[in-house]
Amino acid sequence: MIPLHRLAHARAGDKGNRLNLALIAHDPAHWRHLAAEVTEEKVLALFAHRGATAVRRYDLPGLGAFNFVVEDVLQGGVNGALNLDGHGKTLSFLLLSMAVRESQE
Amino acid sequence: MDLLRIGCGSGFSGDRLDAPLPVVEALIAAGGPAALMLEVLGERTLALAQRERLHRPEAGYEPALVDLLRPILARCVAHGIPIVTNGGAANPRGAARAALALARELGLPGLRVGVVEGDDIRGTPALAGLDPWEGDAGAVLEPERVIAANVYLGAAPIAAALRQGAQLVITGRCSDPALALGPMLAHFGWGEAEWDRLAAGTLAGHLLECGAQVTGGYFADPGVKDVPGLAEIGFPIAEIDAEGGILITKPPGTGGLVDRRTVTEQMLYELHDPAAYLTPDVVLDITGVTLTEEGPDRVRLSGARGRPRPPALKATVSLPGGWLGEGEISYAGPNARARAELAGRVLRQRLEKLGLAAQARLDLIGVVSVFGGDAGPPAGLDDIAPPDIRLRLALATATREEAERAVREVLSLYCCGPAGGGGVRSRVVDRIRTLSFLVPRERLSPTVSLLTLEDA
Repeated sequence: MIPLHRLAHARAGDKGNRLNLALIAHDPAHWRHLAAEVTEEKVLALFAHRGATAVRRYDLPGLGAFNFVVEDVLQGGVNGALNLDGHGKTLSFLLLSMAVRESQE
Repeated sequence: MDLLRIGCGSGFSGDRLDAPLPVVEALIAAGGPAALMLEVLGERTLALAQRERLHRPEAGYEPALVDLLRPILARCVAHGIPIVTNGGAANPRGAARAALALARELGLPGLRVGVVEGDDIRGTPALAGLDPWEGDAGAVLEPERVIAANVYLGAAPIAAALRQGAQLVITGRCSDPALALGPMLAHFGWGEAEWDRLAAGTLAGHLLECGAQVTGGYFADPGVKDVPGLAEIGFPIAEIDAEGGILITKPPGTGGLVDRRTVTEQMLYELHDPAAYLTPDVVLDITGVTLTEEGPDRVRLSGARGRPRPPALKATVSLPGGWLGEGEISYAGPNARARAELAGRVLRQRLEKLGLAAQARLDLIGVVSVFGGDAGPPAGLDDIAPPDIRLRLALATATREEAERAVREVLSLYCCGPAGGGGVRSRVVDRIRTLSFLVPRERLSPTVSLLTLEDA
């Protein structure tokens, strides 16, 4: 297993208590492999300790990318959270710490 | 081909003050029609501005607005480059007066400033009985507690101000992409139902709205995604054609980079459903967008699709949010983690005595902080042994006194806590809670006024 960081880059954005995580393959040829590895279930499990209630993945194969929308993960968001990072901006790198299988492609 | 260049000189309130000038110089050097946008208005910024205005009626606009405009205003006026900014915040008219005073000082007494108003619905019937935005389902609006309530307006009033000859357009709350779409509407004369063109213009505005976030800012990851020259990063310029073709680039000779990766990260930033990005002007679908790297720091985008704009506009409503107390103390060297954890247990016991433990969170900065939940980090995230740890307390309280009493417990760790703690810092701030509601369009009537020094 390798960290997702080896295969993709990511950026986090917030809207209220919702977090979006754009995940982009370094090499678009790995998109299909990432689609199999980085499932909604695995992302929800990764953010369970933060209170996440649902994850929706939007697929953007033409861009070699995915957009994950994670619900209720920011404790009310930047104006309510006690976390140092109320925006959840650092959480893109929590996603990139996920362990995934190496791509055979 | 008829090209309109739109530069972005600021991506948020707090951005670099020297960023706009290289963009303006590049727009001038390119020649041809151009506009500059300055995005400076966060969700929370507007509530703070509204509060500031209560104390000082002439205030309530972006405090850095004059500092941002000073180096560029005369250059932009001389070359016919209009500036569009949401720096009016809670007081667009006050911002216009400050800009006109700057114009007088710079020897530009004829400056024409367009002021867009009508986003501020605090204390108006438009606030009554609104439905919450889906992300805030269940929220109830209590009009008497509202600090600020502002609707995201679209591009039409900005375009109207430009058509009337405004050289600087100042708005309060509007959608960030509208700061770019407004000049496109004024220049190309796109109709309000040309959905694919409005979608392309909105996509360009979305790519520009965070400034350097599309030109290599917020992107560098050494050894993985390297970016040259972050200290002098160039802010973005979009070249738009009459059909809605988009090219993203940056001023020559600046730091940063524009490529498929930087553009993709920003395109998806703060997006939810990529097939339905809701804005006041159009519903944008980016699922068919393709990117082409045309050369160094030049990325072309095509394939944005639009659908009719939504019937309701989003309003951000700000309410008092209680108090936040924070305190920190450092432990370093041998057994640092054990001493920091002991200090954390001591704080918990002290806060229990004060009846404040339930709303408190403790972080060990240097072990796991930002990734963790309020109950602490999950297993597996904390199996490292750092040499330098900062214990952080954060808690939410109803009153200032409770917050002050709690953070005092961090200070008293100096004499009553574990060995070798140092560098205590603490602060207590009042908070603002924001909720989003949907406002039917027909309740709103945005206005445009043109002001000159004679009016100010």
